[in-house]
Amino acid sequence: MKKLFLMFSIALFSAGCAGGGNSDSNGSTEQSAADETKTPGTEAYDPKRGEGKFTEVKISDKLDAEMAARGEKVADLKCISCHKLTDEKLVGPGWAGVTKRHTPEWIMNFMTNTDAMIDKDPKVQAMLEICMVRMPNQNLSDGDTRDILEFLRKNDGVK
Amino acid sequence: MKRNLYILCSCAALLMLMNLSGCKPKNAGDATGGDAAGRVYVAPGKYDELYNFVSGGFSGQVSVYGIPSGRLLRVIPVFSVDPEKGWGFSEETKPMLNTSHGEIPWGDQHHLALSQTNGEIDGRWLFANENNTPRIARIDLKTFRTTEIIEIPNSAGNHSSPFITENTEYVVAGTRFSVPMDNEDGDVPIDSYKKNFKGTLSFVSVAPKEGEMKVAFQMVLPGMNFDLSHSGKGPSSGWFFFSCYNSEQAHTLLEVNASKRDKDYILAVNWKKAAEYVKQGKGKKVKANYAHNTFSEVTHSATSKMETETTLIDVKDFPDLVYMIPCPKSPHGCDVDPSGEYIVGSGKLAALIPVFSFSKIQNAIANKTYDGDYGGIPVLKYEAALYGEVKKPGLGPLHTEFDGKGNAYTTFFISSEIVKWNIKDLKVLDRQPTYYSPGHLSIPGGDTKKPYGKYLIAYNKITKDRFLPTGPELSQSAQLFDISGDKMKLLLDYPTIGEPHYAQMVPAELIAKNSQKIFRLDENKHPYVTMGEKNSKVVREGNKVHVYMTAMRSHFSPDNIEGVKVGDEVYFHVTNLEQDWDVPHGFGVKGNKNAELLIMPGETTTLKWVPEKAGIFPIYCTDFCSALHQEMQGYVRVSVKGSKVPISFSLGKNSEAAEEMLKK
Repeated sequence: MKKLFLMFSIALFSAGCAGGGNSDSNGSTEQSAADETKTPGTEAYDPKRGEGKFTEVKISDKLDAEMAARGEKVADLKCISCHKLTDEKLVGPGWAGVTKRHTPEWIMNFMTNTDAMIDKDPKVQAMLEICMVRMPNQNLSDGDTRDILEFLRKNDGVK
Repeated sequence: MKRNLYILCSCAALLMLMNLSGCKPKNAGDATGGDAAGRVYVAPGKYDELYNFVSGGFSGQVSVYGIPSGRLLRVIPVFSVDPEKGWGFSEETKPMLNTSHGEIPWGDQHHLALSQTNGEIDGRWLFANENNTPRIARIDLKTFRTTEIIEIPNSAGNHSSPFITENTEYVVAGTRFSVPMDNEDGDVPIDSYKKNFKGTLSFVSVAPKEGEMKVAFQMVLPGMNFDLSHSGKGPSSGWFFFSCYNSEQAHTLLEVNASKRDKDYILAVNWKKAAEYVKQGKGKKVKANYAHNTFSEVTHSATSKMETETTLIDVKDFPDLVYMIPCPKSPHGCDVDPSGEYIVGSGKLAALIPVFSFSKIQNAIANKTYDGDYGGIPVLKYEAALYGEVKKPGLGPLHTEFDGKGNAYTTFFISSEIVKWNIKDLKVLDRQPTYYSPGHLSIPGGDTKKPYGKYLIAYNKITKDRFLPTGPELSQSAQLFDISGDKMKLLLDYPTIGEPHYAQMVPAELIAKNSQKIFRLDENKHPYVTMGEKNSKVVREGNKVHVYMTAMRSHFSPDNIEGVKVGDEVYFHVTNLEQDWDVPHGFGVKGNKNAELLIMPGETTTLKWVPEKAGIFPIYCTDFCSALHQEMQGYVRVSVKGSKVPISFSLGKNSEAAEEMLKK
């Protein structure tokens, strides 16, 4: 029975995300094109760092397990309604691999300066076209944000 | 012939029309300045200059307008249920409407007072009275929500309320209807009014930090009707002034019988001294029964407690607390100027405005310049208390406020106008018609030590032809005037909710900067909170089913529930997991004899549902929350009594029961 459900889900998602995978990669090429033809005013936007208060986030090669545990707790309350830990999309994209796709600064800025980045970041805008729901700002403290980043790293296999 | 008749009729109709418009008062368009439109235009996306809190009268609620645009920003539910917001319908808010008579769905809200520090508006709370079943509410201006309601014992018709002292030490409640005291046998002949009916002036203390209210003491006076009041300030600190009518002590046909005497009274009450007497234990503690309801922003829930005692001060036993000042004729407004020296009485059946002097009142008391007594209370000689009279100001003065530049503005109900006059020389400076019959008026800070001035709003009791007709029932109207110049200029007419009585106005920044955006999830101590979707569940306790549900754009968890039976009491405890501004979720259940929930970010709110028949019942989000709002829905399966369907719940997968069936 579970299989049926899984199949059904996959069918649903491939339908729901029709061209989702494609548009993701297309999105990045379009993005670089967009970068070159930037309109004045958005010139200052750094797609690597995103926009927000985090300019340099120090991370170690090793995981801070305590921090990750705290991050998981906050995520359970404020994030998990919409994000799965796998690469499967729920309301928002699955979290697997996110720390490989984005810099720590980008992730933390997006979590705390959500609306501004939805309006400016080409990757976020491409994702919005797939998910159709603007990620809410969940009013995370700086500490919570860093803890969640650590949990995302753990989810991506950092030990 | 037919044609001639037609022409004749048309001519007659035309004449009648011309006649009609001829009868109408001169168009207010003449009175508005040429720049009126520009003065009230607030560009899209821009904020108004002032908040205007307006009593909702028989709607029982309080409305909030932006000034100068006159845009309605919000209706705050206070004394009446509001299904739109779940007020009085959610389990958490029901206790707010509890009284000694049980839960009451409606109230009559007349007057408002913004909290003050040193006689100036401090932007913390808004107090609102309830006239019918005497109560006072406190609204928290961080959340624009009613946070406390206290019932007033030994009172009926809480009209002379909720006026406050300079530092919000007390909010007062004077009875409009005198009645026998609660602890006495009230089953008495109505015509024993003079013997058995008493009026009370209650002083409700307000805790300096948290604002919690307490009926501190109640002054007992002879039976009469108290109308309005205002606190002294500056030199008159420590005193409160109340207007009264029906000093004739009539109990029937008051229209005639309470309008016989040339003068009624304004009472000067030394509340500081009364508070001292109470502190010394001189008050009489009596049994009472009244509700005290408080709403906690931590548990997101209200509790109602019945208080059992009150302290009475019988004024006839304390001759130095209250003095009566004769005032023509059935006074309504009782207003103290910003300096605290002048007290303006507005005799609603009078053709003059008396202005009393606080220093002269003090001299008259010191020298015992009395004119007899009223039920044992000394009556001061009119001339001994009087500063002077504004002669021929208009007909039917009701209420006065001040601009802080030495001018007073009084509404005239009978002659439908606002009159500006100078406090010192008592000369009339300007008059402008209103449309029609104003009751109260409001100037920003106009009853405080420091009026902001600039605008004046008249609240009219009669609208008639001012707006497009809407059948027999019309909205009442507010009229905004510019008072920055020598002459008042009419700027704008706009409709109001309910019947506006008193109002308060304040520069926006004082309130806006404190406005709360969300409730923090980590501070949510609701006993049925669901901290995160993983904790959502359904629990059966006998015939009670508790649904621990979360809401997040754009789904509920769980959204499929089975195992509910006919006759169960189902409680949906919905926690909104959003932590962003302006993302409430709504919640409705098909066939529920109840309202909806409107759950703010971080809040938990509970909707009760007792299903009466078996079947499938959809649930859904009622507040458009996202592009996938229409997908924010679920189903509850209701089975017959005695059914074996177990409680199950799920999100994003089939229920266990469904899995079982599919296996077969």
